[in-house]
Amino acid sequence: MENRLIVSSSPHIRSNETTSKIMRDVVIALLPATLAGVYFFRMGAVKVILAAVIAAVLTEAFIQKICNKPVTINDYSAVVTGLLLAFNIPASAPWWLPVIGSIFAIAIVKQVFGGLGHNFMNPALAARAMLLASWPVQMTAWVKPGADAVSTATPLAILGGEATESLPSLADLIIGNVGGCIGETSAILLILGGIYLVYRGVIAPKIPVVYIVTVAVLTFIFGGFDAQFMVYQIFAGGLMLGAIYMATDYASSPVTPKGQMIFALGCGVLTSVIRIYGGYPEGVSYSILLMNVAAPLIDKYTSPRVFGEVK
Amino acid sequence: MNLLSFRGGVHPPHYKEATEKIKVEKAKEPTRVAIPLQQHIGAPCEALVKVGDKVKVGQKIGEAKAFVSAPIHSSISGQVKQITKMLTPTGEAQCIVIESDGLNEVHESIISKGDINTLSGKEILEIIKESGIVGMGGAAFPTHVKLSPPPDKKIDTIILNGAECEPYLTADHRLMLENPQSIIYGLKAMMKATNVSKAYIGIEDNKPDAIESMKNAAKDETSIEVVGLRTKYPQGAEKQLIYACTQREIPSGGLPMDAGVIVNNVGTASAVADAIQTGMPLIQRIATITGKGIKEPKNLLIKIGTPFKEIVEQCGGYNGTVGKLIMGGPMMGLAQHTDEIPAIKGTSGILVFSPEEARLPEPTSCIKCGKCVDICPAFLQPLYISAYSLKDMHDTAEKYRALDCIECGSCSFICPSKRPLLQSIRVAKREIVAKKKKSK
Repeated sequence: MENRLIVSSSPHIRSNETTSKIMRDVVIALLPATLAGVYFFRMGAVKVILAAVIAAVLTEAFIQKICNKPVTINDYSAVVTGLLLAFNIPASAPWWLPVIGSIFAIAIVKQVFGGLGHNFMNPALAARAMLLASWPVQMTAWVKPGADAVSTATPLAILGGEATESLPSLADLIIGNVGGCIGETSAILLILGGIYLVYRGVIAPKIPVVYIVTVAVLTFIFGGFDAQFMVYQIFAGGLMLGAIYMATDYASSPVTPKGQMIFALGCGVLTSVIRIYGGYPEGVSYSILLMNVAAPLIDKYTSPRVFGEVK
Repeated sequence: MNLLSFRGGVHPPHYKEATEKIKVEKAKEPTRVAIPLQQHIGAPCEALVKVGDKVKVGQKIGEAKAFVSAPIHSSISGQVKQITKMLTPTGEAQCIVIESDGLNEVHESIISKGDINTLSGKEILEIIKESGIVGMGGAAFPTHVKLSPPPDKKIDTIILNGAECEPYLTADHRLMLENPQSIIYGLKAMMKATNVSKAYIGIEDNKPDAIESMKNAAKDETSIEVVGLRTKYPQGAEKQLIYACTQREIPSGGLPMDAGVIVNNVGTASAVADAIQTGMPLIQRIATITGKGIKEPKNLLIKIGTPFKEIVEQCGGYNGTVGKLIMGGPMMGLAQHTDEIPAIKGTSGILVFSPEEARLPEPTSCIKCGKCVDICPAFLQPLYISAYSLKDMHDTAEKYRALDCIECGSCSFICPSKRPLLQSIRVAKREIVAKKKKSK
């Protein structure tokens, strides 16, 4: 043989799944909700989404460049972070708000800890929490869907008694024709994207289902066995977005089967507690962030039984 | 059909279309063979012949001195030219080089050894040992050792592995279609040798014709059950196969006999049948020569010691530039750096990749997707074992039970970040075992 052969240890074939394919699937899954956000909140949504995504991608490229690391913006992970952050911001926000958020998410939460896969928290959620603490007014300036940007309250705030408007109809709530962050309002389209992700094998239904069911059961019991209250709790706010797209973030959730159950259950309990007893009408982001921090510990104590192991 | 299986596993493409319908063809007689004195784990053989000696087909030329070893036999008739260190598929080993006289004269010791009904279990075991029969699946562990468990291990089941879960390979498939009776005969001999009354033959359901063929061959045998297995890799891994057939788990660190089971390949059973019926020891085997880099993929009956190069030439030669040459399948086979090596008892296939197929993927960061955890058939967490191994933290890797890894490669296969998971877990395993040996 004239040429040199490649010698490596087995296996010699790899699946054609790649990180960028997975991230691209997440972007595709988020597209319907993105379009709905643009439809409901018009140019305000376009501005926030573009600012967040562009800032996220540029920050990633810039940091990798100055660190002399290979630039990996074509793996779509920064796009996902930017998009998810934009989903968590009201359409009325000034353009610099998502920009600061994206820079924080990528530079501080993701790259400082080692980049893709090493973030211990969901970058988009951590950025949202930072923005909410720093610019509470701009981050809660909800507007009604439509071109004229009339200010309004979110259904959860109305439910919690912080606002006196009348509750929107359930149909409007599920379609997303209500006040709220850009991407979290349309429960039905978020679920559609989630089904796509499950079909593509990107996420398992376990975390979202356990999370949502936990919230449903707890809000039903502690909301005084009020079915309407429970249904609004499930479809309002960021629960669908959080449960399907944030709690399932690979890097910041456990990998063990049992660990994922505990993680999702914990998210559900915390969300319900914050919503019902806490000072905030919404508790999804904080509960996921808290469980993110606990994920390594959960993984450590939930190692699966090894084949043939007698415990 | 009710399909049996295990938990975990992956679905690599089968790639079997090229050869699954092609009848086994007898390879051209080699003019020269190099038969390694060591072809598997255990002690090497001692040569029984000297340079210049005349040998005949089937003549024993290497004697196994240790228990975990198997004798070797000449696959051709001719003259011993050299006894020297040479490259073999499993590394450098002492080889007996024989030049053919073209006569293929069979040694006088090669006569039928009788019938399983008249032979005693002990006699059958002795025939298996003397015939140099080893596991034909690839690892080539001496069969008589497997069939001689210590007296405190009660064996009640034999499983024949016809899963052939490795992509590309079709040697077992063809054997099950073309010679099912010899597999059944060999299995019955092994059952008698171990005094076992229950046997399974497990076959993946992507070979319905093989399941049919074996069921037909075993229709009068009440103690032999042919079972369909779900097509999933590594369905043919010993522990997974035992679980699929019997729902028994081999205890961690244990052997199949700890679960009362012995597993053998269908090819091994057929070799046992040959050894009893014709007296011919293990001097040839079926191998699948395939892959994009082979012009005419084939299933060939090759003589042990034939150079890879000659075997490939009989399959039309290489198809363009060769990227990778693998002995065995793509999931667990051994990559070779030259084709000037002899076929050995464990050569279940020769797989040739084009340069594009051989290109190693660039690993990117682990995204903790957990796919490796989902699919690991040993229920391990490959991402963590690999991470600790890469950081030289082998003690922690051991705590994550690296030694329970069966090295099937499913984790590396599935990883979207193309991380060298199994490759690094192997390093940890070697380090852990080396440390254990040291502290003893």
